Amino acid sequence: MKVGVVTFPGSLDDHDAMRAVRLAGGEPVSLWHGDRDLKGVDAVVLPGGFSYGDYLRVGAIARFAPVMTEVIEAADRGMPVLGICNGFQILCESHLLPGALVRNDRQRFVCRDQRLRIENSQTAWTSAYFPGQEVTLVIKNGEGGYVADDKTLDRLEGEGRVLARYLDVNPNGSLRDIAGVCNEKGNVVGLMPHPEHAVDELCGAGTDGLGFFSSVLPAAVAH
Amino acid sequence: MARVVVDVMLKPEILDPQGKAVHGALNRLGFAGVNQVRQGKRFEIELDGDVDDARLSEVHAFAEQLLSNPVIEDYTVRVEGDARTGEAGLERAADGAER
Repeated sequence: MKVGVVTFPGSLDDHDAMRAVRLAGGEPVSLWHGDRDLKGVDAVVLPGGFSYGDYLRVGAIARFAPVMTEVIEAADRGMPVLGICNGFQILCESHLLPGALVRNDRQRFVCRDQRLRIENSQTAWTSAYFPGQEVTLVIKNGEGGYVADDKTLDRLEGEGRVLARYLDVNPNGSLRDIAGVCNEKGNVVGLMPHPEHAVDELCGAGTDGLGFFSSVLPAAVAH
Repeated sequence: MARVVVDVMLKPEILDPQGKAVHGALNRLGFAGVNQVRQGKRFEIELDGDVDDARLSEVHAFAEQLLSNPVIEDYTVRVEGDARTGEAGLERAADGAER
């Protein structure tokens, strides 16, 4: 099972994401932003970081990278795609997911462990969790405030597409405490917290994040 | 050569923490009577030749696709004359007068 991880100029968490794929039992494949080639992978992760220095808007330049043309086409065909943090921002800029991410309401970069509730455990990336499962992941972002108009938010809630919600404290002003959303088919998922930093007891916030990477292995086979 | 200016601003309903921070700094510096600050982006784009309707609709297309994100931002497009005169020149003059 091959899971591609894209490296953009300014990506930070590509190696952690590849390690998480390996720990979950998958085969990580490094993908390059400048290539129009997905190297035959079965799923793709867009990792966290500061692609293209966050110039213009977060994710705005990465969205037009050559590899994204392929990712968007594959996502439309049903390939599982997970965008974490900056990857979530890129998915929103690509219009694969609705809404946008804006600067944190308290004007500070946030970096700490964050409790979440998995609201939808039927997507390609969350099937390993039980519905309503509470998990702790790392959150680290400066522009993680999820916004969309009320109509879009109502539709997302109604269709069960709010994937995860912040518990205890809303770290960035995200509307309706939204930490992650998915597309209609559930193959494209965007998440602001970092499951790839919670895959090993030795370092990070436990192993609650591993489920994202183990979920996709059977999902990618089915695809 | 023509110059087109695209201004991009966050929609009014989107919180602008950067503008708020600037507003707070103005208060601390003692500039009273400032109600609100919103921070945006200004793009100065130089085009070959004259601007006709077709070129202008191209500018609108890239302003919408790349320069702004319609989910959170609005943009305006205006055509400037020669860059050495007009608004830009006036701004420089005002600068000089203050010093």
